[in-house]
Amino acid sequence: MTDKMHVKLKVNGENREFLAEPRELLIYALREHLNITGPHVGCDTSHCGACTVTLNGKSVKSCTMFVAQANGAEITTIEGLGNPAALHVLQENFREHHGLQCGFCTPGMITRAAKLLEENPNPTEAEVRFGIAGNICRCTGYQNIVKSILAAADEMNAAKEAAQ
Amino acid sequence: MIPAAFDYYRPTKVEDVIALLEEHGDDARVMAGGHSLIPMMKLRMADIPHLIDLQDVSGLGGISIEGGRIKLGAMVTQHELINHDGLAAAAPILRETALQIADPQVRYMGTIGGNVANGDPGNDMPGLMQCLDAQIELIGPGGTRSVAARDYYEAAYMTDRADDEVLISVSFAVPTGGYAYEKQKRKIGDYATAAAAVQINKNGGQIASASIAMTNLSDVPVWSESAGAALVGTGCDANAVKAAAAAMLGDIDPSEDNRGPVAFKRHVAGIILSRAINRAWERA
Repeated sequence: MTDKMHVKLKVNGENREFLAEPRELLIYALREHLNITGPHVGCDTSHCGACTVTLNGKSVKSCTMFVAQANGAEITTIEGLGNPAALHVLQENFREHHGLQCGFCTPGMITRAAKLLEENPNPTEAEVRFGIAGNICRCTGYQNIVKSILAAADEMNAAKEAAQ
Repeated sequence: MIPAAFDYYRPTKVEDVIALLEEHGDDARVMAGGHSLIPMMKLRMADIPHLIDLQDVSGLGGISIEGGRIKLGAMVTQHELINHDGLAAAAPILRETALQIADPQVRYMGTIGGNVANGDPGNDMPGLMQCLDAQIELIGPGGTRSVAARDYYEAAYMTDRADDEVLISVSFAVPTGGYAYEKQKRKIGDYATAAAAVQINKNGGQIASASIAMTNLSDVPVWSESAGAALVGTGCDANAVKAAAAAMLGDIDPSEDNRGPVAFKRHVAGIILSRAINRAWERA
């Protein structure tokens, strides 16, 4: 058994510190050390994307990263995007357009979609589908997920225009 | 899934990486993006007592296009390859290939160096590097050396790289003419059932030169010299494409797995190569 290491992360704007074995996966560190349970363990095999978080500006599957690798990183999870009192535009639109059924994939979908829209604020439907290819909805509700993301993009762009 | 315990290192200098590899020998492995190694460790198919993370090592990143050559640092991610406009203009086949690897999250982490070094026959960049006649640069205790991508692969996961060496870059001449990377896969994110990398140069309505490499159709990538030769001097007519595909089929050696039996893979390989040749010809 190896020694635990001192891990420092900035999660959703807050500095967090804890002891962990290097081999712990980031998803378990978030959920079990920090009680941040928005990112889900879906497949635990790098396929489904339910564990997606934004780490140093990249969408990553937190089941495929050791906590040691993440040490020092800035991380945003679904909890950092919005909350029940102030939903993120993507969350509003997922609600409005029925972009979820069981909801298990939703935190990963929305976290990934937020990064996608940041990089490409005006995606086509095909670009949205390609951009969320690393996120699996086992309910197969892609139609409304794509609709929700496109509607969120429109709303974000309209807000940007109104602000100018 | 929880991997076996390991000691974790995050050196900043390549000399320190080499020193760790010399000290721990077989018990140490370097890790770039980790998207091949971590799943293997989680399945306990790989037990790495000393894990050396390359993320902070200086000098392993960067894309340079200079003097007619392109050099890609080992830690350049697939995401960076896709989004580098200079590279997309100079060697568009890199973007075309990288976009067909895995999914967005994996492409943010997965690196060219890891993809080339690992020796997984399913990886796409090794075949492309053979098509482009790339040189692979390695560093070890005795300094750096360069190996042709066409000589680098020995068997599945077995390459010319010694245990105490690290792949630091790949480089190749700026490609000219038409190009295509065509890949058949069962679903997005999958490894290839068959894939083909093609570069074609055209002169006076005829093919002046052609380079063809195939992915996941043997335990190593296959650069098919005879398939390229079958196209040279032709106008890329249907017979020429058929001859090239027939020549390629003589060089591959696929095995049966969950992507299909051997006969199916050979059938798909022929179709994929024909499509790639036709697309490269249109773009030449």
